[in-house]
Amino acid sequence: MAARRCLSSVLLFILCTFSVFTITRCQETTLAGDNGAAAGDSSPADTEAAEQTVEQTRWEATEVTEAIPDEAAADKQDSAAPETVAPSFTPPPKDDFQEELVIRPLHSGDIYASFQFRTLWQTDFTRENKVSHYGLFPKSLGQIISKFSVRELHISFTQGYWRTMQWGQPFQPSPPGAELWVWFQDSVTDVDGTWKELANVLSGIFCASLNFIDSTNTVQPSASFKPLGIANVTDHQFLRYATLPREIVCTENLTPWKKLLPCGTKAGLAVLLKSEKLFHSSFYSQAVHIRPVCEDWQCKTTSWELRQTLNVVFDLHTSGQGKREWSLFKMFSRTLTEACPLASTSKIYIDVTDNPQGEQFELSPFTALLTQAVVLGDRRTYSVYDLTQQITFGSVRSLNLLIRWKSSEGDMLRPLLHAERYVAGYGLQTGEIHTLMYNNHPYRSFPVLLLDSVPWYLRLYIHTLTVTSKGKDNKPSYIHYQPSKDRVRPHLLEMLVQLPPNSVTEVTVEFERALLKWTEYTPDPNHGFYVGSSVISALVPSIVAMDTNRTWESPLFSSFFPCKEESSYFVRIYTEPLLVNLPTPDFSMPYNVICLTCTVVAVGYGSLYNLLTRSFQIEEPSPGLAKRLANIIRKMRGVPPL
Amino acid sequence: MVISVLSETGCQRKSTTSGHHDTFVFKAEGAGLDPVLINMATTEVERSRGQLAAMSIAAVVIIVGVPLWWRTTETYRAWLPVTQITELAKLQLQLSADVEVVFARGTVTPEQQKKFPLTQTQDEEHEVDENTALRYRYETKYRTATIMEEDALNQPTAAEADLSLHTLSESPCGSLVVYVVPESSSLLPQDVDVYIGQRRTALLRLGAQMRVGRNLEQLLAHMEPRIKQVLKVMSFSHTDITAALSDRIRLSPGNKETIADSMRAFKSSPGYEITFSLLNPDPKSHRLHWDVEGAVRTYIQPLLTKLSPVANFSIDSQTLYYAMLGVNPRFDSSRSSYTLNADSLAHVINPVEARLGSNAASSNPVLNFLLYVPDALHSPLYILDHKKEEVSSNAFHSPRWGGIMVYNVHDLYGPQSAFPANININMAKVMGVFLAQLRLLLGVQASSPPPGFLMAPCGSTGLADWELDRLMWSRSVENVATATTTITSLAQLLDQIGTIVINDNIAEQVSSAVTSLQLAVAELEAGNLGFALQYSKEAILASERAFFDPSLLHLLYFPDDQKFAIYIPLFLPMCVPILLSVLKMVSEARQRRRDKQAKKD
Repeated sequence: MAARRCLSSVLLFILCTFSVFTITRCQETTLAGDNGAAAGDSSPADTEAAEQTVEQTRWEATEVTEAIPDEAAADKQDSAAPETVAPSFTPPPKDDFQEELVIRPLHSGDIYASFQFRTLWQTDFTRENKVSHYGLFPKSLGQIISKFSVRELHISFTQGYWRTMQWGQPFQPSPPGAELWVWFQDSVTDVDGTWKELANVLSGIFCASLNFIDSTNTVQPSASFKPLGIANVTDHQFLRYATLPREIVCTENLTPWKKLLPCGTKAGLAVLLKSEKLFHSSFYSQAVHIRPVCEDWQCKTTSWELRQTLNVVFDLHTSGQGKREWSLFKMFSRTLTEACPLASTSKIYIDVTDNPQGEQFELSPFTALLTQAVVLGDRRTYSVYDLTQQITFGSVRSLNLLIRWKSSEGDMLRPLLHAERYVAGYGLQTGEIHTLMYNNHPYRSFPVLLLDSVPWYLRLYIHTLTVTSKGKDNKPSYIHYQPSKDRVRPHLLEMLVQLPPNSVTEVTVEFERALLKWTEYTPDPNHGFYVGSSVISALVPSIVAMDTNRTWESPLFSSFFPCKEESSYFVRIYTEPLLVNLPTPDFSMPYNVICLTCTVVAVGYGSLYNLLTRSFQIEEPSPGLAKRLANIIRKMRGVPPL
Repeated sequence: MVISVLSETGCQRKSTTSGHHDTFVFKAEGAGLDPVLINMATTEVERSRGQLAAMSIAAVVIIVGVPLWWRTTETYRAWLPVTQITELAKLQLQLSADVEVVFARGTVTPEQQKKFPLTQTQDEEHEVDENTALRYRYETKYRTATIMEEDALNQPTAAEADLSLHTLSESPCGSLVVYVVPESSSLLPQDVDVYIGQRRTALLRLGAQMRVGRNLEQLLAHMEPRIKQVLKVMSFSHTDITAALSDRIRLSPGNKETIADSMRAFKSSPGYEITFSLLNPDPKSHRLHWDVEGAVRTYIQPLLTKLSPVANFSIDSQTLYYAMLGVNPRFDSSRSSYTLNADSLAHVINPVEARLGSNAASSNPVLNFLLYVPDALHSPLYILDHKKEEVSSNAFHSPRWGGIMVYNVHDLYGPQSAFPANININMAKVMGVFLAQLRLLLGVQASSPPPGFLMAPCGSTGLADWELDRLMWSRSVENVATATTTITSLAQLLDQIGTIVINDNIAEQVSSAVTSLQLAVAELEAGNLGFALQYSKEAILASERAFFDPSLLHLLYFPDDQKFAIYIPLFLPMCVPILLSVLKMVSEARQRRRDKQAKKD
């Protein structure tokens, strides 16, 4: 009820503003006169700027008549166009901004919301003279690209673990914690130095601990993490990849991320991004991807793409008081009133694939706009809400999407590929890392690329590496292993493994836990040490191609051979990060050791000193007890003693 | 003498307390020997051996142990030029300016010409505070004008004369040429005595009372104050220099004007980032287009090219949407416009500044120039000064931060055009204001000329040569002042905290800073302004690098009580026996002496 009242007051306010708008629109003056005045203003060119010092405040009004040099003033008269309304003139759109939100009701009853903001900018950062005039593209990121000669940059911050088995595939996978991978231009000579500096600058921009990225957690994958944009460099010496599985993501990382959006959080979809709701969720991930992309099919012009994504999974069971329904307001405690005026497209997609006849849930307000897209190998149907159309907001001028479930059943197709990882073994000396990869496809096998980066303090015994599927040894067709160096670089293990259909492939490798120096332990060493997620990249056969039942939808002539585009799709999967206990000393140990050593030294030294400096002398032997007793008796008897 | 040592069970301790020179008692089995005698002799031998052993152990501890401990626990401290640094703490700055006074025809007689002194040096000393002294030296040369210069001076206007004089000869950085023209000269307007050109020249009209016929001394004495004034305007004045020294000295409170002046400009830095931001709080009602790239090329770049000896500049620009001011403008019905009071300007920036973002690529200070186009609901917006009058430029600036200009577009919304309206911004108007603010913030002082002075309007670069000189003088002095304070405070810090590790690279930076400083001071003394600025920049860079070196922070901090806690378990059991045996030896020696004394008696 309160919300209703609030809405109506908002409506009133908007009406008022609109009326003021129209009033201001009416205040129209002759432009010619104004132009003349502007031109006249600029011609006197005396430099005396009578500066009035304001003593109380540090603010001073600039009383400048004109400081434009007279020659410049003279030539600007004809060159620079005075202020005008550009009625027909629209400059070529060199940059473009798009925003969209995809909402997918998950079978577990959770809601998956995925925001994407894309800024395209037709420019060339690799050019000699620096690009320095920014429009929609954020200046801080642009400066990074040009200063560090970055070709491609991907950074993600994630809180929580994506449960593939329950939720299916995410649109943008990301490992828990922070992940950063960067392709540098081939003009960079000192890649490691640039990488370190870049990580430090990014750490400042995103208020994250990326400054902990150093050579001990950076790897150069040889086969995984190929460039996603246009690239002629594929030499992996220009690639750096690092994860910080320990990183905790919170509001302070979200705020700088939101600042990169042209509209900020003032308008458009970003209005929904309220941190108190976003971080009260099962999964939260924000990412920034920068890459060069083609403008057209021939790739004549290239532009830079900045893609900011934010994925969040809301657990509506616990917060929904048992009722299965959600709305934008319930999820984000906001509703939408307008699109970002700078955005060329602004859309909300709701996945209604599982609900073709409305038997599962009810969506309101209703939209007739449907679109189909093949996402992650599956053909999905989406209801579309176009925020740039005024009609979307209806008569209340606010969009509050609402889904009410009718039935709670529904089964999900198991994801074709998923993986898990755990540490086995006991004691604090050795252990074993198990990585399980599931191929749930009923009849097709496919290769996957497994990347494992293990810190140096887990010393992998690579000779114990075994890959088994269905109880048989499965020899990887490609292995790239880079052994670690203590305190310098981690282990890197990359393998190309063929996963047989409907099978579990297990990769095990044994390791030994190293003893760290006492300054190398974290402040909470008994919590354990994190090992970053394994990355599994694969081309997975598409569900569309697999599902022969779907053929009734399409004409018979089109469905005999599965079409090539949909036959397989790329997917990247991250396993759980590991938490491994290392032998942890008692940290008063150094002092104890000092004390003990000193005591031992002191005792040894003391006895030696005694031996060396004591003087030895012979003393009269004292008579024995019997003799003494005898003497006493003899004394009493008056006999001389013995 | 046979001492047969028995099994350990046979030996027993006599005194178990302070066990030095303890006597162990053995069972003697030697028959036939006088046990007392043996006892006496062995005791004597044993005692001296024990004493020797104790003394040699003490010697080993002192000669080997203590130095070893000292060497292994000391921190590495490279050598620093401390004496030179303490010399720099007492700064004796001498600024030398060359002035050439050229007499045009009709100002001096041929007899007077012959008597011209070749050079004349004038010194002016100022004791700024107990550690800083300033001395200004003006070296004045006199000569008569050459024929070509005469031709140039015969040009109709002062500006043309200035230009043609400049083409004749280019005077070096930091020097001045003053042309003395006769009273009858038509170059200068009636009420103007001195004309200051765009380059390093000034025209000086000889006063009416100084007709030909006076002797030379009188003439020179008459001209001197005028030339001093010219110098103060064109090269440096005492107030400028003391303001530049503000890092070293505490300015006397009271003269608020100069403090405000000196606070306005940015501190000297080897580089600056200039950021132009277009703030569009209302993208729904107007789309703004500004050709900032072209405008920067036309208006800002010439000035920065000219200023390149002083600092490096990099320019960028951005557009920020939905950037609101921190204050709600008040509607003024008498003006039918919205107004911002001067008092509230201080609160305007804060919310905007959060959006501006810092420069990710460098750590140089940033000069922000914001162009604020008020939203449709709040336009037109005008800034009021303290007298409640509209500021004509509709702009204001904040010292050491940047400037803001409010640009009203309310009258440009088309009558029928749908929102958003596309609006092109008149960059000439905007850049005029920003250029003026940039000059102020960079410390190019637009000091008001003394009466009777006329200044040439600045040329295409927006900066006259002598203005650059002025800036270079004060920047050199400021750099020297900052670098000396940095170096002396670093030396002080390192001196006070003995546990800081001083690596070789820091010592190297400190030495190079000291050398550059000395060179800069010497160049200032010699009057080579360009070199002085160059060296002072090097000095400031090296000193800052040394001061902010992260290795200085790696100070292994062990409080004294913790050190004791670690050392005592080792040192106490080792030193107490040595000390006690030394004490005992001393007391025994004293006893022996007393015995000898008694025997003698």
